[in-house]
Amino acid sequence: MTGSPESIIALAGVTKAYAPGQRHAVRGLTLAVAPGEFVAIIGGSGSGKTTLLKCINGLVGVDSGVVRVDGRPVDEVAGHVLRRSIGYVFQGVGLFPHLRVADNIGVTPQLLGWPSAEIATRVAELLTLVDLPPEFARRLPAGLSGGQRQRVGLARALAARPRIMLMDEPFGALDPVTRDALGRDYRRLHTRMGLTTVMVTHDILEAVLLADRIVVMRDGVIVADATPRVLLAQHDDPEVARLMDMPRQQALRVRAIVEGAALDG
Amino acid sequence: MDERWAAAWRLLPSYLGAHVLLAAAALALGLVISLPLAVVAVRSPAWRWPILGVASLIQTIPSLALLALFYPLLLAVSAVTEQLWQWRISALGFLPSLFALTLYSVLPIVRNTVTAVLGIDRDVIEAADGVGMTTTQRWWRVELPLAAPMIMAGVRTAAVWVIGAATLSTPVGQTSLGNYIFSGLQVEDWVSVLFGCAAAAGLALVVDQALALLESGGHRRSAARIGVGGGGLLLGVLVAAWVRPSTSSQGEVYVIGAKSFSEQYILSTLIADRLRERGVLVSAREGLGSSIAFRAVAEGDIDAYVDYSGTIWANVMQRTDAPPHDQLMQEMTAWLREHHGVELLGELGFENAYALAMRRDRAERLGIRTIADLARVASGLRIGGDYEFFVRPEWAALRAVYGLEFAGEQQFQSTFMYKAVADGDVDVISAFSSDGRIAALDLVVLGDPSQAIPRYDAILLVSGRRREDALLRAALMPLVHAISIELMREANLRVDRDQDKQSPAAAATWLAEQLEARSIVAQDP
Repeated sequence: MTGSPESIIALAGVTKAYAPGQRHAVRGLTLAVAPGEFVAIIGGSGSGKTTLLKCINGLVGVDSGVVRVDGRPVDEVAGHVLRRSIGYVFQGVGLFPHLRVADNIGVTPQLLGWPSAEIATRVAELLTLVDLPPEFARRLPAGLSGGQRQRVGLARALAARPRIMLMDEPFGALDPVTRDALGRDYRRLHTRMGLTTVMVTHDILEAVLLADRIVVMRDGVIVADATPRVLLAQHDDPEVARLMDMPRQQALRVRAIVEGAALDG
Repeated sequence: MDERWAAAWRLLPSYLGAHVLLAAAALALGLVISLPLAVVAVRSPAWRWPILGVASLIQTIPSLALLALFYPLLLAVSAVTEQLWQWRISALGFLPSLFALTLYSVLPIVRNTVTAVLGIDRDVIEAADGVGMTTTQRWWRVELPLAAPMIMAGVRTAAVWVIGAATLSTPVGQTSLGNYIFSGLQVEDWVSVLFGCAAAAGLALVVDQALALLESGGHRRSAARIGVGGGGLLLGVLVAAWVRPSTSSQGEVYVIGAKSFSEQYILSTLIADRLRERGVLVSAREGLGSSIAFRAVAEGDIDAYVDYSGTIWANVMQRTDAPPHDQLMQEMTAWLREHHGVELLGELGFENAYALAMRRDRAERLGIRTIADLARVASGLRIGGDYEFFVRPEWAALRAVYGLEFAGEQQFQSTFMYKAVADGDVDVISAFSSDGRIAALDLVVLGDPSQAIPRYDAILLVSGRRREDALLRAALMPLVHAISIELMREANLRVDRDQDKQSPAAAATWLAEQLEARSIVAQDP
């Protein structure tokens, strides 16, 4: 049963094919997310995880089934209105190259008609929040590193105080150190601000380390949905079991190295 | 040479002013049309190829033809608006030129805009949607600013094209820098042709640089560059608008038309000078196509011009019979008044007929004196005609009456036609009987024993709305029966000869002096 009153996001029987007669990107998808949850969606390429995410903020319209946000079917709300209330971060970031950092961050509040003084205060607050120096406000995106860009992208998504954050491989293009730092920073923000986050990733370790709950997709359907702890322990589906075994095996090997055991022992 | 330079410089403010206003208006209208079209083409793949295809197709129409096509089109529109709202639009001059040039400017702007918008990084578009922009907000806040440099590049291309093509608006009656080129070409005044080309090229370069400054200003956020570039363009248009009214919109303006050959330039200048002596403003519509000139006087777009009886009889009235001269004039006068409200004021006194002419030595060697003689040997000869000759009824009549069949037919701009016969490239040409070059090049005009070619008496035509205009009549009536064929040939030769060449204005002054000296035409009362 989905769409229970306490779900902030609920998908019921959602099906989508990008062209008539083509293979379905998602098939009969049903998923409920409670407020404050951090859900990671993992799966190989073509498994339908990005489509699932875009169905939630209406960037992709569904063929059948219902998507509810805050209990309301999304097709009853104009797409742009819906998206102003949902933070969206993706691997490509997509900063507006002709706008300064401050205007990039403040774009949704501006669309919502906030007074400019309030936007300026909010931009300063967000720069601190994502750990960027205040003078960055005046820079153009071209002058930023990859990690800095994604921090600006994150600040832009948070600007209008959304309750929901949708993230599509948000840290996928970053070097491992930056990626780990940003991931942990974001997880703290998620908890501190009481956000509900749905994050698509193909990195199982990232999912295990950040999420409260992991949803595994394959060929447009959900094949596993549980807490990392449960999934790490065991799963009936052999592919999911092998997938979940990988970070554990890696952790064991790392510990063995740290404890000085022979590498090939 | 000095006199021609001075004449060219004197005309520069009005020609350049008109050219700038026309090009600026066409470009502005082009932008207004192109951007929405580009938006449709960007948003709808189904419309994209039709829009780009039609814009490309327009580009393949020769600009001269595109300009000419708008004249009949606007005449038709004018007929409709007059029916519905008693409101007549002028089908000559500014409007057809504006519309044709506007169409011309569409392709580079639309194509660059579409390419630029479709080329924007997909991530940026996804982000614009992701933050909650509507399609309209995305266009104004993201797509347009990011596409701006390439759109500006399209505008620069369009500007250069429009400024160049605007020189071709002269034949539909719009004053432009093309007046230098067309009149110069007709009267073989290469100074004038070069002057016109240089002025148009210079204008295109300056505008292109100003737009480049505007473009780089927008890119670098430099207010100085935007100010200099944009301010310069604006100033140019304002100066052009300020210079131009002196010739067009103050008080009563008499519009005198001229077709595109020396005699017409001389006579229209003569008429214009006589009107100016009476203290009125005169503007000229020179270089008009032969049929456009008559339509223009019928529509009241021009007030007066000189045409030829044979042209009206055969081409306008579609008559093929050949009544005696007096009867023909009577019928024509009545017909023109009844069908077009046009007044035939009278004959000037000379004839400018089509005539077949050959070099004297060649004609003598072949024993040719008349067209009948020519017909016997024509199958071994080549004939050169001006652009219209071979489609005119006279040519059909000549062939029918004499059984003329040549080895080859070639079309020339009339200046080059005379050169061709003089150099022996062709054996026979369709000369004009009043052309001074017949005598100068020692050509003989072949006799027409069967009278296949109708008479081409020069006649003064006045538009319906000026029919009762006393001032115009006072200026024109003394010219009736006043200009002999010898005088006209001499005046034409002054313009057409290679040595000691004069401008049509100087030849008109000379002609006026001759008329005065012979006391045929009285000076101002």
